[in-house]
Amino acid sequence: MTTVTTNGSTAGMNSHGMPERSIIGILVRTAGLAVAVAVLVWAWHSAEMNPGQLVQDAGNMATLGKDFLRPDFTEWEFYAAGILETFAIAIWGTLLAVIFGIPLALLASANIAPAWVTFPVRRFMDMLRAINELVFALIFIAAVGLGPFAGVLALFIHTTGVIAKLFSEAVEAIDPGPVEGIRGTGATKLQEIVYGVIPQVLPLWISFALYRFESNVRSATVIGIVGGGGIGMTFNETMRSFQYPQAAAILVIVVVAVSLLDIISQRIRAKFI
Amino acid sequence: MSYALSIDGITKAYGTVRAVSEINLRIAPGERVALIGASGSGKSTLIRLSSGLLTADSGEVKVFGDAIQSGGKLTRDARRIRRRIGLIFQKFNLVNRLSVTTNVLVGALGRVSPLRGTFGFYCRADRDAAYSALEQVGIEKHAHKRAEALSGGQQQRAAIARTLVQRARIVIADEPIASLDPKSARRVMDLLSELNRTQGITLLVSLHQVDYARAYFDRIVAMRGGEIVFDGPAAKLTPDFLTELYGASAEELILPGQFEAAQAPHTPMRMENPAELARALN
Repeated sequence: MTTVTTNGSTAGMNSHGMPERSIIGILVRTAGLAVAVAVLVWAWHSAEMNPGQLVQDAGNMATLGKDFLRPDFTEWEFYAAGILETFAIAIWGTLLAVIFGIPLALLASANIAPAWVTFPVRRFMDMLRAINELVFALIFIAAVGLGPFAGVLALFIHTTGVIAKLFSEAVEAIDPGPVEGIRGTGATKLQEIVYGVIPQVLPLWISFALYRFESNVRSATVIGIVGGGGIGMTFNETMRSFQYPQAAAILVIVVVAVSLLDIISQRIRAKFI
Repeated sequence: MSYALSIDGITKAYGTVRAVSEINLRIAPGERVALIGASGSGKSTLIRLSSGLLTADSGEVKVFGDAIQSGGKLTRDARRIRRRIGLIFQKFNLVNRLSVTTNVLVGALGRVSPLRGTFGFYCRADRDAAYSALEQVGIEKHAHKRAEALSGGQQQRAAIARTLVQRARIVIADEPIASLDPKSARRVMDLLSELNRTQGITLLVSLHQVDYARAYFDRIVAMRGGEIVFDGPAAKLTPDFLTELYGASAEELILPGQFEAAQAPHTPMRMENPAELARALN
């Protein structure tokens, strides 16, 4: 579609000095369009797209929908414990990531560390970030067993990569002047960082850490579904035993909890920026 | 006798452009030296080289007899030697979000043990020194404010207080008054020359304006194209001589009338003419 639109506008642009349509140009565009269509067709089959199934299984969908529309909160205390566990996973996953992310961030900043340090540290951070927390969760479940601790470790490892990257970008954007002022007094490198760098980046760091905490609460929910503890695990159990009204109740609790958290966290972040 | 600052054959190039070229300069303890020159003359580079914030391509810089940099590298003792140098910058270079007191106490970092300094456990004596330094520069009332809450002139005076806590024997200042209004500029220059008179602190100050240099300094070093083209008593630097040295760009250095304006009680400047405004901001 895009190709056609471009063609049309190109023709219209002739008076503005755009080149005339050549035969080669038309051939190239047609070939491009053909490739795009081929990719879409291949992906359709590969993903086993089957809208018919939605109609065919309309009965199932109706049952599911009906059950989901009547959330059952009888066991709300159980779900509340689950969401609290999810928060706990996110709190420790984020805190550990901040603790380990700060030294990594400083070592990855070009204005703090020499290139032979920043390069390997950045590649290491890329590695942590490249692998999704869900994958880490599966790995840690294999290592330490099902449960919230595996979730904490998964969030910690992935978030360390993200936090280190965000923190390091803040460090690289600081004003070098105050750091030189500190250096001029005969301070050590560590003191330059403590007095010259950290005060400049602290508001941003706090804001980034809170933001990551918010998104880690969402991630912890999903990690629970694969066995990393918390409300996600409870949700998975209710789904697998076809307790849809209970599953709906859990979803409502998750949405309310996450929205509340977002609102609170936004208020706090606004104070620091 | 060892010089307060002795610069030997220092050269620094950025790419193929020589910012300073084979500079030799000796400053005796207690001297007041102004470094003047147009933008791009190399005076900022020379100032940064003197304090070891920048390493040269070749040459040596000694502070009270000890080398801070030599042959393109900082010496092992560079950190210790820096304590003797108080640095003042055009943009003050305070840490905005820290209190004025904390900014001034940073001056003690070179003295106290690294562990105490890093965690901010300053002793009573250092805190007293910080307070009396703030008193001396006249901003003790603002001790607990954040540095960013102060006016430019007050921030520059806090930076001077920091060099006092540091017990610096030489103050190297890079365009200390370029960002200040005339009244604050005079106050800062008065303060610096008072420290020189009463405590014998050596001054090396780079300046844009020749009138300030002549009013406050005994000796003037003028730079052009990375070289020292004049080094002598302030009285010998007449407008004619300046024009001879700098040609057309001498006008940029003289800015007639600015110093007189500074002596008059401060009145807010009103400038409708954009060209005039641009010149005043230069």
